[in-house]
Amino acid sequence: MSRPVLPRSLAATPRLDRWVRFDDNLAVTVWSGKVEIGQGIATAIAQIAADELDVDIRRVSVVAGDTTQSPDEGYTSGSQSIESGGMAMRQACAEVRALFVAEAARRFEVSAAELRVRDGSIRVAGTDLSTSYWELAPQVDLARDASGAAQPKAAALHTVAGSSVQRRDLPAKLTGGAYVHDMSLPRMVHGRVLRPPSGGARLEALDTGTIRAMPGVVAVVLNGSFVGICAEREEQAVAALKAARAAASWRERGSLPQSTEVRDFLPAMRAERTVVGRIGDLPVAGAARRVAASYSKPYLAHASIGPSCALARTQDGHLTVWSHTQGPHHLRSQIARALALSPADVDVVHADGAGCYGHNGADDVALDAALLARACGRPVLMQWTREDELASSPYGSAMLVDISASLDGDGQVIGWAHEIWSYPHSSRPGSGEGVDLLAAWDIDPPFAPSKPKDVPLPHGGATRNAVPAYDFPAQEIACNLVRESPLRVSALRSLGAYANVFAIESFIDELAAAANEDPVAFRLKHLRDPRARAVIESAAKAAAWTQGRKGDGTRGRGIGFARYKDISAWCAVIAEVAVGAKLEVKRVIAAVDAGEAINPDALVNQVEGGIIQAISWTLKEQVLWDSTRVSARSWDSYPILRFDEVPEIEVTIVSRPDSPPLGVGECAAGPTAAALANALYDAMGVRVRDLPLTPERIARAME
Amino acid sequence: MTSAGMDADVTVRTLRVNGVDREVTAAPDTPLVYILRNDLGLKGTRFGCGEGQCGACTVILDGRAVPSCDLPLWSAEGHEITTVEGIGSEGGLHPVQQAFIDVQAAQCGYCCDGIVMAAVALLDRVPDPTDEAIVAALERHLCRCGAHTRILRAIRAAAVAMAKSAAP
Ligand code: FES
Ligand code: FES
Repeated sequence: MSRPVLPRSLAATPRLDRWVRFDDNLAVTVWSGKVEIGQGIATAIAQIAADELDVDIRRVSVVAGDTTQSPDEGYTSGSQSIESGGMAMRQACAEVRALFVAEAARRFEVSAAELRVRDGSIRVAGTDLSTSYWELAPQVDLARDASGAAQPKAAALHTVAGSSVQRRDLPAKLTGGAYVHDMSLPRMVHGRVLRPPSGGARLEALDTGTIRAMPGVVAVVLNGSFVGICAEREEQAVAALKAARAAASWRERGSLPQSTEVRDFLPAMRAERTVVGRIGDLPVAGAARRVAASYSKPYLAHASIGPSCALARTQDGHLTVWSHTQGPHHLRSQIARALALSPADVDVVHADGAGCYGHNGADDVALDAALLARACGRPVLMQWTREDELASSPYGSAMLVDISASLDGDGQVIGWAHEIWSYPHSSRPGSGEGVDLLAAWDIDPPFAPSKPKDVPLPHGGATRNAVPAYDFPAQEIACNLVRESPLRVSALRSLGAYANVFAIESFIDELAAAANEDPVAFRLKHLRDPRARAVIESAAKAAAWTQGRKGDGTRGRGIGFARYKDISAWCAVIAEVAVGAKLEVKRVIAAVDAGEAINPDALVNQVEGGIIQAISWTLKEQVLWDSTRVSARSWDSYPILRFDEVPEIEVTIVSRPDSPPLGVGECAAGPTAAALANALYDAMGVRVRDLPLTPERIARAME
Repeated sequence: MTSAGMDADVTVRTLRVNGVDREVTAAPDTPLVYILRNDLGLKGTRFGCGEGQCGACTVILDGRAVPSCDLPLWSAEGHEITTVEGIGSEGGLHPVQQAFIDVQAAQCGYCCDGIVMAAVALLDRVPDPTDEAIVAALERHLCRCGAHTRILRAIRAAAVAMAKSAAP
């Protein structure tokens, strides 16, 4: 008999006492490696544990992302918190429950089948005989590995998972301090860093003496091109930073592309081409027609509302960093390398931050804090500025996607080619051989970043969602990876899926229009997957989609669909727009199949948020630059969607309680982009293929 | 140690915050957000941009919602300041805070306290606002997580709840 396969994180940390503990006060502590980034994971993990252990959820506390205690679950990213972290917790709790039930069975000399667990008490059915987890805890040794033998409950038996339990972290967040930004330690000082004005700029001169003499300044840390300031009071740190910025002179590279139009500079750069998917042979024989189009998306900023922040303290040679990182264990080893410390002398403790949407400044600011704390010998609360967050965090990569299709005489697609140009999509710290933290490249001697590489399929970086969900008999998917990006790039929510789905779903619409077919009907004609068809059909039903109805010159509707990563949640989005001076989104309807929904309201919230963020990207956002510097430095130069631009949104869940749960944080991005572009076409008859869909681009397309 | 444009003269000022007089010692041009957070420990007033462009630092000043990041200490003296801590606590939530939790009108929540303050200021003035009035009151507030539709729903729910509890 083969050994049962454990969920990945549990296989990596199999000891059950690293996951669950019964505490004296009739409480349960569970440890998770998946951290809260505004997606509600702490609540969902508690729900899963409460269900599997059969304890009241109020007894469960979750400790997440603390390198002194929590299991290493890598990064909290890629919509994997539930799929991977949740399933590891479920299995760990099922094993723990089984051990306790077996112990109770031994004690009462009954079979396990006769025992019932309710809120932690274990009773022999139909008798008064009972014990509890807490009573048995001294006898049951959890210092043993998970075996994979215990079977988690059937979905129908879940009572907590599957219900919209209130988010546990919100009451604190809505009434006062709750984030790493709000922490404070005795003798703490406030830190700011003078970031180089452009990537790779070197400090030529700075008179630190005058800065050091400013009121409240405790230290000016000068190390290569890294300039940090510690001050007693925050406004003093801010003033010192301002003075340092005015006084510093830099040698800048001035090597940014002349044009900010993606199609002008990206395909002209040296690329490595890889074919990542092929079915049948291209070009196909017997094609009646061949059509092609090219789509692009600009660099996008994460643009977190709370600039990144970290708190660091050195004490007796030990460094502790509180951080809103997505990968505490990776960050620990990276900081240890940058500071030439042993990882055992560094701890990273997760503390909540503002939403990050991928690899933003969270990790970078943690090294800033550590450098300053070491230099000034006092705890440092290191706060990035708005400008740092917009101009110095990594961006989501620019991309270009060319698609061509061959159609037979009936308008059926018989051949499909998808060609991508992209920079890498992930340079997260710890993902390669280098040190991937901003300050590490500025200190003297500098550390080298990892060699840029992309995320391979099945998850994919540039290639994420490049393989169409449609049943095209012949297809070739290729990626031209340009390793060196003019601007720093890393993971932004959905990685390459946003551009690939935008391109595929725009092009499908173009084909439907050329064939004079309804966009929904045309998609269904090429799609066998029943779960794919179901989300498209439910979205169409919810939107009262009438076949063949056309836009009227100002109003229109469009659809976009994808199965995220081709292995995760299915999502269809329908947008209704009105076009006047600009494109206005009136209403968005989405249908999602994410398997078992652990917390349906949280799931809908994630999808709504994904849709609104994607509307913002699609209508307004692009990182621009002059020859030397990016211009995204404030909310003026990098505007995002505002309250008066947000449409009504309705999300329907296609319920599949017996299927494994799938993450939904990223599934709506690509479908939303395509739905908007398709709705614009429906309304006005113009096709805009280069994002964002600004009034200028719409006007240009109409010429 | 005088650098140009910098007022190093530290003064003692009295601020009236959440109904209590509080004495603070700082340079008079210190932005109120830092005083509230660091001197008075009122961390629900959040730093988002420091440039009056995001609303994360919003407090209520004499009944009006204003960003506290571009309000110097000297100009806040003599005014009635309310922060999110002044309207409710975990044990006794304000109806607007309660509605945000019930509706799950947040993802990361970082933008929310500023928005709650704008909503409270609005509902104090206009107990039954139209949707347009709510959106207008949130004109200077940004949310990156995309919690907007829920936030609007929470504010409408709070208005209803407050009307009910005010009814004789
Ligand atoms: S922090 Fe005050 S408006 Fe942004
Ligand atoms: S909830 Fe995260 S910014 Fe609004």
